[in-house]
Amino acid sequence: MKIHKYKMFDKNIVIDVNSGAIHVVDDVVYDCLDYYETKSKEEIVEILLDKHSKESILEALEEIEYLVKENMLFTEDFYKEIVLNDKSPSYIKAMCLNVAHDCNLKCKYCFASEGSYEGKRSLMSAEVGKKAIDFVIKNSGYRHNIEIDLFGGEPLMNFDAVKEIIEYAKEQEKIHNKNIRFTITTNATLLNDEIMEYIDKNMGNVILSIDGRREVNDNIRIRYDGSGTFDTILPKIKKMVEKRDKNKQYYVRGTFTHENIDFYNDVVFLADQGFNEISIEPVVLEDENPLAIKKEDLPVIFEQYEKIAKELIERKKAGKGFKFYHFNIDINGGPCVYKRVSGCGAGYEYVAVTPEGDIYPCHQFVGKEEFKLGNVFDGRIDEKLSNEFKNAHIYNKPKCMDCWARFYCSGGCQANNYSFNGNIHEPYDLACEMMKKRIECAIAVKVFEEEN
Amino acid sequence: MKHVKTINVGTLKASLTKPGCKECANSCQSACKTSATVANLPCEHN
Repeated sequence: MKIHKYKMFDKNIVIDVNSGAIHVVDDVVYDCLDYYETKSKEEIVEILLDKHSKESILEALEEIEYLVKENMLFTEDFYKEIVLNDKSPSYIKAMCLNVAHDCNLKCKYCFASEGSYEGKRSLMSAEVGKKAIDFVIKNSGYRHNIEIDLFGGEPLMNFDAVKEIIEYAKEQEKIHNKNIRFTITTNATLLNDEIMEYIDKNMGNVILSIDGRREVNDNIRIRYDGSGTFDTILPKIKKMVEKRDKNKQYYVRGTFTHENIDFYNDVVFLADQGFNEISIEPVVLEDENPLAIKKEDLPVIFEQYEKIAKELIERKKAGKGFKFYHFNIDINGGPCVYKRVSGCGAGYEYVAVTPEGDIYPCHQFVGKEEFKLGNVFDGRIDEKLSNEFKNAHIYNKPKCMDCWARFYCSGGCQANNYSFNGNIHEPYDLACEMMKKRIECAIAVKVFEEEN
Repeated sequence: MKHVKTINVGTLKASLTKPGCKECANSCQSACKTSATVANLPCEHN
C-alpha cells in the first residue's frame, strides 16, 4: 500500500506512506487517486465525468503527476533492503525494572496478576537492582542515553530499594559517561510529600494511573477489600502534578475497557481536573474476559477518538489545550526510519528485569519461561532469542507490509502479537484497528493546526 | 497547486541520512505503558 486517504472533519487527507508526506486534497484529486496507478488518463476522465468536469480531472491528474515525480505521492519503499542488510550490532539501552512483584491494589484488568506476574509476590533487593544497572551499562555499547522504568506491581512498595538503586545508578552514569533517565509508573496510592519531592527531583517522567471518572475508576481500580481508590488518588495526583517541575514530564494515564467505551468522557474529566498530559489506552485482555474490548466496540471507540481530536482542537483554540499522548505525532520530524522500522526494541534494545534478576524481552513477557533471556548475575543473554526479536520488524510481518500505518506504528506490541496469535510476527487485529484510527485522528489534528 | 495543499513534504527518506543512532527514547507498544506510538518520539540525534 503506497498511499492512504481518508475523510475527517470535512477534509480529504492523503498520506504518502513511504515518504511520510501529507496532503489535503479536493474531491477531484481524492477520486482520481483511486484510479491513478491502474487506469489511463482517458479512462479516469470517463469514469469520473459524471462527478467532475473534464478540465478539473485533467488538472488534478497533472498535480498528482507532479507530486509523484517529487516523491510525495505513490512513493516506493526505499528502506526494505537497507533494513534487511543491516548487520550493525544492537545495544541494550532501556530497561524495565520490576522493583515490586507485588501490589496494594487488585485492579480487575491487571496483566500482572495483581503484581505477582503469576509467580510469588516479591520485592527487588537493592543488590539485584544494582546488578541490573551494571548489566544495562555494560550492554549499552556507545549509546549515551539509557532509560530505566521503575515498574511493578507497585514500585513505591519498595521505595527504599528504589532510592538505593537510583543513587547507585547516578554514581555509575558519571563513571561510564552515560545519561540515565528514570521513569516511574505508580498507582498513586502511596504518594506522600517526601515521595513526591523525590519523584519530582529524580524522575524524568512520572506516570500516574487513574482511569477517569469516579464510577469508572472505582469499578476497576480497587483495593483488596473491594473499595475504590478514586477519592484517595485524585488529590494525590493533583498534588504531584502541581508540584511537578514544569520543565519535566508527567502523564496521567488510564485504561478503558468494554465497560467504558465512552472514554471520551474520561479524557474530558481528566482535562477538567487541570491535567494537561493525558493518556487513556485500550485494555488488552483475552477475548473471554468481560472487560475485553470487542470487535463490535470499534465503531463507538472510533467515534470517541474523533471526539477527543475535536476537543483538543476546540480547547487549544480557547487557550486551554491539553496533550492526548497518542495524538502527539510530529509530522515534520519524529524518529528516523531506522527507529520506525525497529519499533519498541523488546528483547534486543529493551529488556525487563524481575526481582530475582531474570531478564525477559519486556515486562509483558515476564513469567513466560520460554522467553527468559538470562539473569543479571551471569550477565549473558540468549543471543538466538534476542535475534529473533531483532528480526521481528515490519519487513518480516506480512500484515504490516500491506498496512499504511507501518511507519507510525512499527508493527505493534510483540507481546500482544504472541498472546493473541501465538506468534510475534502476526499483529493483534483489534490493536491495529485502534492504532490506525488514532493515527488518522492525530494527523487530522496536525492538519488543522498547520492550516490555522 | 489548485487541488492539493501539501501539509508536509515527508521526512522519512531524508532521515536515511541520519545514522540511526537510537539515542531516542524507547517506545513501548503495549497498552500498559504510556508510550505506544513510535512516531511520537522526538529524534535525539545531535
